[in-house]
Amino acid sequence: MRNAFADEITTIAQEREDIVLLSGDIGNRLFDKFKEVAPGRFFNCGVAEANMIGVAAGMAASGLRPVCYTIASFLTYRVIEQIRLDLGYHHQRVILVGTGAGLSYASLGSTHHSVEDMGMLRLIPGLAVLAPGDEKELRPAFHAALDYPGPVYIRIGKKGEPVVHETEPKFAIGKALRLREGKEVWILALGNTLPLAMEAAGQLDNEGISCGVASMGSLKPLDTKLLGDVFTSAKVVATIEEHSVLGGLGTAVAEWLAANVTAAKAELVSFGTPDEFLHATTHQSSARAWAGLTAENITDRIAKSV
Amino acid sequence: MIHSGDNLERIAAELRAEVIGLSHRAKTPHLGSSLSCMDLLVALYWDFLRIDPENAGDSGRDRFILSKGHAAPALYATLCARGFFPRNLLDEYGQDGAALAEQPAPGCAPGVEWATGSLGHGLSVGVGMALAGRIKQRDYRTVVLLSDGECNEGSVWEAAMFAAAQKLGSLTVLVDYNKWQATGRSEQVMALAPLRDKWEAFGWENYEVDGHDFAEIRAALTCAELPDRNKPLAIIAHTIKGRGVSFMEDDNNWHYRIPNAEELAAARKELGCP
Repeated sequence: MRNAFADEITTIAQEREDIVLLSGDIGNRLFDKFKEVAPGRFFNCGVAEANMIGVAAGMAASGLRPVCYTIASFLTYRVIEQIRLDLGYHHQRVILVGTGAGLSYASLGSTHHSVEDMGMLRLIPGLAVLAPGDEKELRPAFHAALDYPGPVYIRIGKKGEPVVHETEPKFAIGKALRLREGKEVWILALGNTLPLAMEAAGQLDNEGISCGVASMGSLKPLDTKLLGDVFTSAKVVATIEEHSVLGGLGTAVAEWLAANVTAAKAELVSFGTPDEFLHATTHQSSARAWAGLTAENITDRIAKSV
Repeated sequence: MIHSGDNLERIAAELRAEVIGLSHRAKTPHLGSSLSCMDLLVALYWDFLRIDPENAGDSGRDRFILSKGHAAPALYATLCARGFFPRNLLDEYGQDGAALAEQPAPGCAPGVEWATGSLGHGLSVGVGMALAGRIKQRDYRTVVLLSDGECNEGSVWEAAMFAAAQKLGSLTVLVDYNKWQATGRSEQVMALAPLRDKWEAFGWENYEVDGHDFAEIRAALTCAELPDRNKPLAIIAHTIKGRGVSFMEDDNNWHYRIPNAEELAAARKELGCP
């Protein structure tokens, strides 16, 4: 996904002179082309994320459109007050791109996991939180972020994730993308769990359970129309995310459900990381297994609820 | 009341009386911090910044960020006196629903460049504004006023290193070095001294001035006007917290204390504003 981001921002920077890219000393060689086409508009801000956010805010207040890029955990936890005040309170049009989000960097340990980031950023008024499902979804999501009249956090994986969308989808902030229709079950997938959702849906179909899948690329604002549809039509709605079960997609959907419980008939089942730090040495697949984010576990739990 | 032809000392005395009155009426603290930086604000707004109160948002304006947001009354009084907004805005300061709060909100009044109050934000934002000027080939200058206590914040030094690496000659920092922070001597809370050497070590051109001597402040600011500068400029301004009122000077109780009617009258008398 990060290569698609680098490619997309490079293309846009050739057309728009207001695009500025700030990196927290990562992306070695990733932005060589950007530096070539947009000289003077790439800034390696060093290992100093708080400053990077403030600098971006000052640039945005002066008519530029800055994009900050670094590892999701460093881009969010360390600098939450800069994001809250300099971007949120001042409503500055800065795009934050957090790479290696969720459990993408599982092997680097909990210092590099970002499974609480969305829970934190979702609380900031006026800030949109996006998590595109694959690189084909990322490109239009980035364009939508550029058009958004406020700050945006885009959470992406690393590289080499499976591509799910056959063609580039029509992405809109506040709208989910329906990838397959279903009757009894809907799986709502966030970010890089979209391939897992598709796999689980295929298995449920094989068991005779009709399962739809939507990519919840826009966590905030949330597509409440889709929630209204699936909770009144299906028996089970499942959320899947490489994020804690606290604060992310599962929680956002539960908040909506609590306010709309009389109309809803489906049961909500949430899949995400538990409310604890992962201490074991793991790779992304084993970290997902620890969290129950496997097609087998997901289909078992959903089948039991149906 | 400020009259045309008043010298900077007289203007500063009037504005000091103004902020003491604001504190008394609105019952808001941080008076000592407002008084320590008053002369710096007067020097900037009457003798340095290229600004047009009639056209406060002009894209070519010099930028000024009061990073020590708790001294907001000093900025409000300055902006009002320079004609950025009418008197009634200042009179309503601190009241429910007023435009001017104890610490500024974004876009609260013309001339307020940034909402500060949490320390350690203003310099990074100023760096961003200065870099935007470079990218857009504008010749405006950016000035950020920090407190010495604020220099406790690591983000200040992140911004300082980054600005030096970017050779940001259009950026100037003033440190209101009044030697106090909220609850103690700034030297004792953090090893701040030698403060000028720190800015030197971080790659900034630097001067040390008496922050209540307009000639010295002006001389240091002249350096910021030289063309083709390739280093940001730090002016360490030695100041006195509570400056201008004998019973407030260097008494840190006035970080939080609010003057009563007798103290207001006594202060105004000392300042020559009966």
